[in-house]
Amino acid sequence: MRKLIIAALLLLSPTLLLANTGGPALQSSNIDLHDQASLQRGAKYFVNYCMGCHSLQYMRYNRLAKDLGIDEVTLRENLLFGDAKPGDLMENAMRADDQLKWFGVVIPDLTLVTRWRSPDWVYTYLKSFYVDATRPYGVNNLMFPLVAMPHGLSNLQGVQEPVFDHHQAGGTPVVVGVKLVKEGSLSPKEYDNMVRDITAFLTYAGEPIQLERQRLGVYVLLFLGVLFILAYLMKKEFWKDIH
Amino acid sequence: MSAEKNANASWIDKRFPLTETWKAHLAEYYAPKNLNFWSFFGSLAILTLVIQIVTGIWLAMNYKPDAALAFASVEYIMRDVDWGWLIRYMHSTGASMFFIVIYLHMFRALLWGSYRKPRELLWILGVVIYLAMMATAFFGYLLPWGQMSYWGAQVIVNLFAAVPVVGDDLSVWVRGDYVISDVTLNRFFAFHFLLPFVLAALVFIHIVALHHVGSNNPDGIEIKDGPKGNRWSDKAPADGIPFHPYYTVKDLMGVVVFLAFFSWVMFYAPTMGGIFLEAPNFQPANPMLTPPHIAPVWYFTPYYAMLRAVPPLWGSQFPGVVVMFGAILIFFVLPWLDRSPVKSIRYKGPIFKVALAIFAVSFVVLAWLGMQPASDLSTLLSQIFTVLYFAFFLLMPIYSSLDKTKPVPERVTA
Amino acid sequence: MSAEGVNKMRRRLLVAATSVVGAVGTGYALVPFVASMNPSARARAAGAPVEADVSKLEPGALLRVKWRGKPIWVVHRTPEMIAALASNDPKLVDPKSEVDHQPPYCQNPTRSIKPEYLVAIGICTHLGCSPTYRPEFGTEDLGADWKGGFHCPCHGSRFDLAARVFKNVPAPTNLYIPKHTYLNATTILIGEDRGGAA
Repeated sequence: MRKLIIAALLLLSPTLLLANTGGPALQSSNIDLHDQASLQRGAKYFVNYCMGCHSLQYMRYNRLAKDLGIDEVTLRENLLFGDAKPGDLMENAMRADDQLKWFGVVIPDLTLVTRWRSPDWVYTYLKSFYVDATRPYGVNNLMFPLVAMPHGLSNLQGVQEPVFDHHQAGGTPVVVGVKLVKEGSLSPKEYDNMVRDITAFLTYAGEPIQLERQRLGVYVLLFLGVLFILAYLMKKEFWKDIH
Repeated sequence: MSAEKNANASWIDKRFPLTETWKAHLAEYYAPKNLNFWSFFGSLAILTLVIQIVTGIWLAMNYKPDAALAFASVEYIMRDVDWGWLIRYMHSTGASMFFIVIYLHMFRALLWGSYRKPRELLWILGVVIYLAMMATAFFGYLLPWGQMSYWGAQVIVNLFAAVPVVGDDLSVWVRGDYVISDVTLNRFFAFHFLLPFVLAALVFIHIVALHHVGSNNPDGIEIKDGPKGNRWSDKAPADGIPFHPYYTVKDLMGVVVFLAFFSWVMFYAPTMGGIFLEAPNFQPANPMLTPPHIAPVWYFTPYYAMLRAVPPLWGSQFPGVVVMFGAILIFFVLPWLDRSPVKSIRYKGPIFKVALAIFAVSFVVLAWLGMQPASDLSTLLSQIFTVLYFAFFLLMPIYSSLDKTKPVPERVTA
Repeated sequence: MSAEGVNKMRRRLLVAATSVVGAVGTGYALVPFVASMNPSARARAAGAPVEADVSKLEPGALLRVKWRGKPIWVVHRTPEMIAALASNDPKLVDPKSEVDHQPPYCQNPTRSIKPEYLVAIGICTHLGCSPTYRPEFGTEDLGADWKGGFHCPCHGSRFDLAARVFKNVPAPTNLYIPKHTYLNATTILIGEDRGGAA
């Protein structure tokens, strides 16, 4: 009997699914969504370095400003370009078929990238570009082999070269890591912080309500706790008739 | 609670049997006094159905069943609609909760022998409800139009193509197109909207049947066959107590605990680590690119594992499809497979207890295997547990009659 | 199983307390469902104030801009048009704009901030059609004493060039004047004034 209950409970256990799909190890992004300054920097970096190509098509500028504590003046001066209005979605002017013609791919929208990839993946990805002369933009990525984008932050990070594993059986050496060979304008630590800020911002953008949802949950659970005490006392009182 | 005759029957009672219904199904419906926490799941299932219908209607106010707009409309609900995120998470969490509750409700029936005479029809109605639920969930899972929605539906609808002779035409007919497309999405939305109301009607019939035969209990003893007379009525079963207020207050307690768990998931783990909301589904459907690993949602994975366990025979996937649907349909004949002289697990012998434990473990392991990428090992394990799953049913006529049962008391135990 | 031991007070109290707390919870649970039917962020963004550039609007011409899905008229009134407004007064329902259909700063004879520019919501107060702009003076269909204005094609309501309604037509009240403000000499922001958004 006990065994059956345990078996039934196991059915509910979320720990069952820890399927690792393989590939290079992810680095921990250590983001802090409560760190508003980090999110603000991330938003600024994203708008300046990424948004030339990547959109956040489900995110509104004014929502971002409200959630990240950015006032309207700063929003207009630092984040809104062209004729974008505060209520607009953070879309990209490039049409999908133009992208296909110019880049050979449709440039992915990044609103939900941390939700389907994971924040750690994004963080590791941004740190895993390496030089590869065979690629159209001269770079490849450890996390995303044959990636079809340039390394937009290479001036800041510097140049990374691949680390090969020559012991692999079968001939062709496999890229197993990257190493920095020439520093860019940022030190490795500064670059890590920048990439962490971008990751934090994208994680926020993936689900803007997440902090609010966690905040509300406490009240809901406290309320249900009170209701449970009352329901329990009431049940006990009525069941005095039976026992 | 004395028997007041219809002396001051109200205006309504002359036109609608309100008091009569209240009495027949609540105040004077006598349920066994020894029901334990396993009996919570029936009322919780009704609650979840109501939550799903209400949140579903509210989602439909902003959702667009159009391949070009569906994915974005879900994100619109999550971001632009005030409180839309909460309603959406209620619905997505509710779907998984519904299956958790129903699986526990079904397991309760196995423990107490609630499928045995005189509850065969009640059980069959329950299995029909389960089928309708699975259909509803399947149609609903396509609606967010993410990668998992798309490819999951693609794989399942292609199962129909495995049917000999008419298969290809059948799968095209189901989709209304040669691939899962806008047409498919549109009709799945229509069915997803319709089926919950069918479900509600089936639940109503299920309860009518339940109240006709009376509730079972952990002892599996028919209180109606026992002595009569309790402090509420001379004719009522001695071991019965009025459903209201005793089980309404007790179920309320269960409801609050359930809502707390529900809320915890909703507010702190809405994706449940990728089980309730799968990560690839945050990418819009792309008919040109299958994600590296696809699996149905967790509540379908036991059957999916069985499907994958069966190797193609004579160049056809059909045997696997038969096994998969057989695993569900076999529940229908369960009432006639159990030959044990007793109903409840409490008085059954060790063989049945072991068999039920193996069955439960098989179901859980198959669910887990169904989520994993296919490998030689996982296929082998799936085959073993599929055999065990079916053995529980097919060998039941033998082991249930061999089993050494304990004597059943006259009255329910307190 | 004895009924004598029942503490009726305690029982009633617990039922009442649980019901009240449960009702409060149900009330809170309903809030998201009610609130979700309000205009969404998209609707609010689409309903954000719009700018109208009147630098190229010639005297006598009308400019239509869309705000919250409705046509907003901006009319550049000529001096003759402004001068003729007062002559309509006896024929109007509410010549002094006493009904609160305009911001306080437009409750004046021309119903505008600057006399030469009329800003009005072009939706008839009768049944919601958008009246036609008829700037000409003295027409065959509208009469010799027509001093320019708007004529609703649906039920024939008439309004003058200050968007005031004439007597004996189906529309009961003057057209609405939206909140607006001048960002500079020729740019009007519609839907918001210095006091805030509409």
